[in-house]
Amino acid sequence: MGNASSMLTQYDIEEVQGHCHNLFSQQEIVSLYQRFCQLDRNAKGFISADEFLSVPEFAMNPLSQRLLKMVDGLNFKDFVAFLSAFSAKATKEQKLGLIFKVYDSDGNGKVSFSDILEVLEDLSGSFMTSEQREEVLSQVLEEAGYSRASYLMLNDFIKVFGNSGLKMEVEVPVD
Amino acid sequence: MSGPVKLNTSSSELDLDRPNIEDYLPSGSSVHEPHCKLRLRDLLDISPTLTEAAGAIVDDSFTRCFKSNPPEPWNWNIYLFPLWCFGVAIRYGILFPLRVIVLTVGWILFLSSYIPVHFLLKGHEKLRKKLERCLVELICSFFVASWTGVVKYHGPRPSMRPKQVFVANHTSMIDFIILEQMTAFAVIMQKHPGWVGLLQSTIMESVGCIWFNRSEAKDREIVAKKLRDHVQGADNNPVLIFPEGTCVNNHYTVMFKKGAFELGCTVCPIAIKYNKIFVDAFWNSRKQSFTMHLLQLMTSWAVVCDVWYLEPQNLRPGETPIEFAERVRDIISVRAGLRKVPWDGYLKYSRPSPKHRERKQQSFAETVLRHLEEK
Repeated sequence: MGNASSMLTQYDIEEVQGHCHNLFSQQEIVSLYQRFCQLDRNAKGFISADEFLSVPEFAMNPLSQRLLKMVDGLNFKDFVAFLSAFSAKATKEQKLGLIFKVYDSDGNGKVSFSDILEVLEDLSGSFMTSEQREEVLSQVLEEAGYSRASYLMLNDFIKVFGNSGLKMEVEVPVD
Repeated sequence: MSGPVKLNTSSSELDLDRPNIEDYLPSGSSVHEPHCKLRLRDLLDISPTLTEAAGAIVDDSFTRCFKSNPPEPWNWNIYLFPLWCFGVAIRYGILFPLRVIVLTVGWILFLSSYIPVHFLLKGHEKLRKKLERCLVELICSFFVASWTGVVKYHGPRPSMRPKQVFVANHTSMIDFIILEQMTAFAVIMQKHPGWVGLLQSTIMESVGCIWFNRSEAKDREIVAKKLRDHVQGADNNPVLIFPEGTCVNNHYTVMFKKGAFELGCTVCPIAIKYNKIFVDAFWNSRKQSFTMHLLQLMTSWAVVCDVWYLEPQNLRPGETPIEFAERVRDIISVRAGLRKVPWDGYLKYSRPSPKHRERKQQSFAETVLRHLEEK
């Protein structure tokens, strides 16, 4: 198990790098592979939902169930591709693409009022009523020039987030 | 604005029985900097929460506590490799059989005197207890000898007196053996299967050890009661508790369960630090049986470790048992050079309670609602 990294050849690493738009260095890929093997306890080739939830910091996250749907059963290449949005080298569009995907749970390329409400529900739990959530959301939507009925596309997200910085970086520990 | 105040009081209610996890985690709280006005962008921006989640996937402090670190290979060149092979031959071909003999002799000596003492001295409780204590210390010394334990004990040896408990950080069951060879402690431990369980329920029970099953909720009360009775007796062996409740890899300490700290006794901390130069003493019970763990130790050159008996501590006025537990954990971590993490070691066997997530949801909701009220 300790030598798992030696099973990745230069070709493998380059292939994975290609799959994640070269957002991770080779060292980082090796580290991620070690982590992947560590989480994939029975060496199935993917990480199950249960194994993700065995990380308490992940299980505590309000969005964990939603994220699980995206990462459950990913093989290593897709696992890296998912994480690549958190690389410091990823562009703002790439990061926003991931945020958009989290909202767009049915994957139809547009985010509706109820899609956003669902995420808000995950984030606020029982501490806001659904009326309060709807009120807040319609208010800010109107202020931004949208309405309850409008769908947000990825372009809208890019416009809404504008030029303000987006801090979404995770450092991969490299030894 | 009552927002932050409300948050503080409710969080202390939530977390009465454990240290505050948020104190340890990287800052990334999901609360946005309070803007003058809530914009769509602020509401849609879930990046802090996502970053936290991805950070946990990439690396997390909990899993790190239970990772056995593979030994650095040093047989990497043509000159050293034969030397290493020579070492393997000696370790497995000479040291290991010798150690098996030592251990066997130890067991023969132990059993041949323990059984008569146990059954023939029924009438002389005091003498029997004393002899049994010595014998248990003896067999533990044989165990330590069987891995050539090089143990340095620092500080005064524990004495027997009522109303004191010893607490130590936990790396492997061999902690117990190492401590037991100096002083016959009564230990509180998880009940194990197999031959270890057999020893536990026969011999160790005579030194006053208390066994429980982690998963049995009922066991907790029974243990608590037995423990309370035990510490009162002046004649009983000193109690040793591993408040982490599970083996940690000797780089970190996980949360100390508060049980040992609410007995109203003096708590004597013991710090144990292993030197990993020859072998990793961490027992990863998920991957290895205890027998395999012992074999690994017996085929290594030596087990090197330091044991510090530290200054006894008492509950300070106004201190809660949890604060007390944290303070003692501090003392042990500093001495043994361990990093503290907030996790409950039992999370190895269960999921975190939803209240941590609820806390995050609450702080998010409060920020949003505050903006709503302002309008």
